[in-house]
Amino acid sequence: MEIIAQRPKALTKLSFTYCPGCLHGVAHRLIAEAVDELGLNDVMTGVAPVGCSVFAYKFFDFDMAQAAHGRAPAVATGIKRARPNMHVFTYQGDGDLAAIGTAEIVHAANRGEHMSVFFVNNAIYGMTGGQMAPTTLPEMKTTTSPYGRKTDDIGFPIRVSELINSLIAPYYIERVSLLTPADIIKAKKAVKKALLYNKEGRGFTFVEFISTCPTNWGIDPLKSREWAKENMLPFFKVGCLRDKGEGVE
Amino acid sequence: MTKVLMKGNEAVAEAAIRSGCRLYFAYPITPQSELIEYMAKMMPKVGGTFLQAESEVAAINMVYGAAGAGRRVMTSSSSPGISLKMEGISYIAGAQLPAVIINVQRGGPGLGDIQPGQSDYFQAVKGGGHGDYHLIVLAPSSVQEFADMAGEAFDLADKYRTAVMILADGMLGQMMEPVEFKPAKTAEEIEALNSQHHDWCICPNVEGPEHHHHEINSLEIDPSVLEQHVYNLYDNYATIEKNELRYESYNVSDDNEILCVAWGTASRIVKSAINELKVEGKSIGMIRPITVWPFPYQEIDAAIGKNVKKVYVFELNMGQMLDDVKIAVNGKVPVDFWGKVGGIVFTPAEIKTKLEECF
Repeated sequence: MEIIAQRPKALTKLSFTYCPGCLHGVAHRLIAEAVDELGLNDVMTGVAPVGCSVFAYKFFDFDMAQAAHGRAPAVATGIKRARPNMHVFTYQGDGDLAAIGTAEIVHAANRGEHMSVFFVNNAIYGMTGGQMAPTTLPEMKTTTSPYGRKTDDIGFPIRVSELINSLIAPYYIERVSLLTPADIIKAKKAVKKALLYNKEGRGFTFVEFISTCPTNWGIDPLKSREWAKENMLPFFKVGCLRDKGEGVE
Repeated sequence: MTKVLMKGNEAVAEAAIRSGCRLYFAYPITPQSELIEYMAKMMPKVGGTFLQAESEVAAINMVYGAAGAGRRVMTSSSSPGISLKMEGISYIAGAQLPAVIINVQRGGPGLGDIQPGQSDYFQAVKGGGHGDYHLIVLAPSSVQEFADMAGEAFDLADKYRTAVMILADGMLGQMMEPVEFKPAKTAEEIEALNSQHHDWCICPNVEGPEHHHHEINSLEIDPSVLEQHVYNLYDNYATIEKNELRYESYNVSDDNEILCVAWGTASRIVKSAINELKVEGKSIGMIRPITVWPFPYQEIDAAIGKNVKKVYVFELNMGQMLDDVKIAVNGKVPVDFWGKVGGIVFTPAEIKTKLEECF
């Protein structure tokens, strides 16, 4: 019998604890498939953030570290410098990476640290109950912007991929979406490319996923993908911002 | 080995490298700058990693990562920078990681000044970061001892899977004294150190056919699991308290009329005053805690001879170790205190005057 699909070896047997309709499971699976396909299982290590994916260290079946809020790129730096023959990634949400961890991500990228960063942007803090994130859209309502995000008071959403793209050292930067099956196939290619470059020791690779939060947006899973397409994608444009391997700079 | 004349900041860095430390992450701050500069110069020469982090917070989290990867790693800073590191230190304690942290203390609070102080005692031994935990805290009183403690700190950190802090000050960091170094670890010894934690640390899976899943983590969402984890930490601390207490007993005898307690830089000044009073026929002893955690409570109590009228505590702060001395003395005799703050270091003459008033 031919096996068409199965659980990636790089995932543990635990069931994900994410909400119904959440796309973290999809992002986890893409990373795990790429690790399997690249044969990195014995030399891979990931760093989990604080936020909904705080338990990512339980779900990936290789060595994992759990980091303080926003500090994953610094922790990953320490791991990579200590064990240069390991391949390291961080997995971070928008509050973790783009608010409390801004210094760590900018400087890890600026050093061209040999790591991959998987950044899940769903424009909200999920774990703590739907507060405003640095990527929350203008006029978007959250529990800490109950009247909508007012840009004259709190500023505009941060386009993190573009911010990272202002630095010289990063090797590969791409923003992808997890909103449709076709998008997920493209996202898989970006994830695999980031980890391939990581395996080859090319430098800092960064993939941003545009994702959803049905629970805290208060929109059902399918409609939330439509909402994201209509509202997030115009502001956070998908595409490859830099790929030194392909001469895109 | 011949002795060399070195600043404390440089001597402790050299000793750390000789002890097999090949990873150092830090951020510049006075009065520990010579330490980070020495590491920047020397680490590349021994094939080690020197990385100037973007912040104190990043530096301690790099330490968390490297310690999680099971290798000897160190960071250093001075008081305000150590405050910033406290989040990471709490995580290191929770995840039971071996690491060495040096605090070259200066005057506080806030930005304070850049002169020597001992006002981070509470922070070092009573917590500092959040949660129930301890650090092993070593308090040197000379450049030689500062250097010797580097190797000792790494050995203790590896043995107990805990962070060890060397609580020095701007005087010890800046002062030059003759130092004799222990021989440097050989390449084979360093290789053995690098693989000593392979049963739990982040490392390539080269030993078994099954890939491993090691977790470096301080999160336990189940209260009963976290409760047990904290109990386990404290079992480890109890073993440390039993095995690793260090203190110096100076001139302690049944004739003592005064028993002094002082640590670090303050203790060497008190020692000078005791020596002068000894010539004048006065009998004064001193207990110098070398580990300030664990603290020599029973040893202080045992040093209070039948003629001791008073226990006198001298510190470069407003009275912090004083609380621990009071616990040790437990009302047996009066406990007096005198300290200087603001980065001002007392003189032997001032201490002598204070002690003379007791007779």
